[in-house]
Amino acid sequence: MLRALLASVVAIVVSTVVLGFAYPALMTGVAQLTMSHQANGSLVMRGGKVVGSSLAAQSFSFPGYFHERPSATSPAYNPGFTTFSNLGPTNPALAQLVKQNAAAILKLEGPYNPGLTIHQIPVDAVVPSGSGIDPQISIAYANLQAKRVAAVRHLPLATVQQLIKQHTQQRTFAFFGEPGVNVLELNLAVDQQVSG
Amino acid sequence: MGQGIGQILVYAAVLIALSYPLGIWMAHVYTKEKGDVVERGFLRLLGRDAATDQDWKQYGLSVVVFTIGFSVFLYGMLRLQGHLFLNPDHLPAVPWTVALNTTASFVTNTNWQYYAGEATMSYLSQMAGLAVQQFVSAGAGLAVLAAVARGISRRGGGVGLGNFWRDLYRSIVYILLPLSIVLAVVLISQGVPQTFHGHVTATTLQGAHQTIARGPVGSMISIKQLGTNGGGFYDSNSAVPFENPTPTSNFLEVLAILLIPFAQLVMFGRMVFARRHAWVLYAVCFAIFAIGVCVAFPAEQHGSAVLRQSGVNITNSASQVGGNMTDKEIRFGIANTALWATATTDVSNGSVNGGHDALTPAGGAVPLINMFLGEVEPGGVGSGVYGLIFYVLIAVFVAGLMVGRTPEWLGKKIEAREMKLAAVGALAVPTMVLVMAAVAIVTKAGLASVFNPGAHGFTETLYAYTSQSNNNGSAFAGYAATDFSTTLGTVALYFGRFFPMLAGLAIGGSLAVKKVVPASAGTFRTDGGTFGIMLLGVIALTAGLMILPALTLGPIVEGLMH
Repeated sequence: MLRALLASVVAIVVSTVVLGFAYPALMTGVAQLTMSHQANGSLVMRGGKVVGSSLAAQSFSFPGYFHERPSATSPAYNPGFTTFSNLGPTNPALAQLVKQNAAAILKLEGPYNPGLTIHQIPVDAVVPSGSGIDPQISIAYANLQAKRVAAVRHLPLATVQQLIKQHTQQRTFAFFGEPGVNVLELNLAVDQQVSG
Repeated sequence: MGQGIGQILVYAAVLIALSYPLGIWMAHVYTKEKGDVVERGFLRLLGRDAATDQDWKQYGLSVVVFTIGFSVFLYGMLRLQGHLFLNPDHLPAVPWTVALNTTASFVTNTNWQYYAGEATMSYLSQMAGLAVQQFVSAGAGLAVLAAVARGISRRGGGVGLGNFWRDLYRSIVYILLPLSIVLAVVLISQGVPQTFHGHVTATTLQGAHQTIARGPVGSMISIKQLGTNGGGFYDSNSAVPFENPTPTSNFLEVLAILLIPFAQLVMFGRMVFARRHAWVLYAVCFAIFAIGVCVAFPAEQHGSAVLRQSGVNITNSASQVGGNMTDKEIRFGIANTALWATATTDVSNGSVNGGHDALTPAGGAVPLINMFLGEVEPGGVGSGVYGLIFYVLIAVFVAGLMVGRTPEWLGKKIEAREMKLAAVGALAVPTMVLVMAAVAIVTKAGLASVFNPGAHGFTETLYAYTSQSNNNGSAFAGYAATDFSTTLGTVALYFGRFFPMLAGLAIGGSLAVKKVVPASAGTFRTDGGTFGIMLLGVIALTAGLMILPALTLGPIVEGLMH
């Protein structure tokens, strides 16, 4: 018992030093030297200021911007405290949330998409994402918003659709994962298109 | 759905192709006689406990003392983090009930998380506290497996199973650490942060302030996936883009979940000189995994009742993946999330890339059943195989009764002592789960943790105690931390770790001293398809039947009501 205890104490110290300090320090050194952009959070800069991360959704409510998927974090789109919604598949609160979100989208997009019904709203637009900061929306949801953004920003629809295409992240090797549109990058491109 | 099926098939093929050579390497690591220079120095430093060939009791004692000692150390760190260094965001001490549960959770290779990492844990606690456990708890599990395998393969004489400290060193230095380094580098290249700087405050395009948490994430995520740990840096685990940014990172992370667990079956087969038998076990585990994916993927793609009735478009097309996208991420879609949910509970990993609480009744039943079976498909690193051995012995015993002979396994007679250990090892944890879930569902204190109403709330409770008792760590995450739930969980975590481990070691010790019986015409063969089907049946009839009544109150009722 005592022998095992003595060995344990030494092993605890050695493993903490090697695995708890040396290993992460080594990885941090390698990462900072060779891929500092990723290692520091894939930050997006504009005019010398950090405007967000290409790996985190942020709140967009202006009609001239593409909007993100719903988020369950508090406040919404909080990369400092991520969370699931945890709404079960039969929870009435989920039904209520979907109904509300769909109604809001119909109201916002309806004027720009005559004849728009709930059946054309893609599911990702009305349910919370896993992280609460999913940086992407489906291509379908981006297309749904294109007419509004084009009209509000006085851009030709074709230009906006072209921007969506450019900022669609395809499947890796055209095979793995699912395609999606990075909203922050798309909105930056829209801003740039407008300003010149 | 074809695209999703294709991704799953490629995943399976890569898994098989890589687990085989890794298993051969692992068997070599634990059987080579002479250790390297550093190993000898390390063992000398540890003193006499590291210099002996230990019997099963000494071996078990070393594991238990080491784990308890590390628990005290880790608990102290979590409580004192507010006064320690590497805390750039000035986080205060972790509350004591949560610290106790978290300590138990990480030293037992579970990684159940009653806290949000990015908002609770300092960098010191994450990398020098929790992530260290992700190495050593996995290393200890593999060490015990190596010891049990030595006991089984011992041909006459001697009670020694090897030395825990030497096996622990080899697990980490030759298997876990090299793989972690490689995986961490790739994950960081994909966008996983690796920095000691604190959070960043961004000014968004609309002028609001946004706090972005980061830290030494990459070095933790790699071992979290490889060591069947599962405890993430961020609260939403590998659903968070900073833990799992791209389809590439997702493929590698979900591959890492099952890689060592399947490789350890190859390793086991070589160490006990029964390769064909090990392939039968491999096939059985693979079958259970495949069945799970075949249920979970279509269930999630079909979507939940609420979504179908809402009228929104859930149809799979070129412009959207559709299905039950609640608490799922666009870049993974349905196939990759269903695959992950199945894989992470076939073994004791428990990381998630989407919210399990939001899974459909059938989609959520898959991980629940996987865990309840004891995570032997093929289970946690090390712990999975000795868990599987309990079922193997029961299967051999039942077969022996059928043909009217003393049951034998790998050339050794299986007698009353081994059968008692196997039966208790297989049934103790499921029994504890049912009792704990029952207590938590009939008491006010237990009900306080429940988030979703109705049958789903019952499933949340059952899932919580199944996950902690089987050292998985995935959650129906709506289930909340209270003094009651954290305390009950702490008991479940320690018991679920040590009870099967000591029973497994005892079986190894018991078989070590048995004489070898030459195989005869009457010996029931354990290296063919008949035995595989027999084993599947035994797993279904023991733990499977035990959870069936509880399933009818949870996912089955929920599925039927809508």
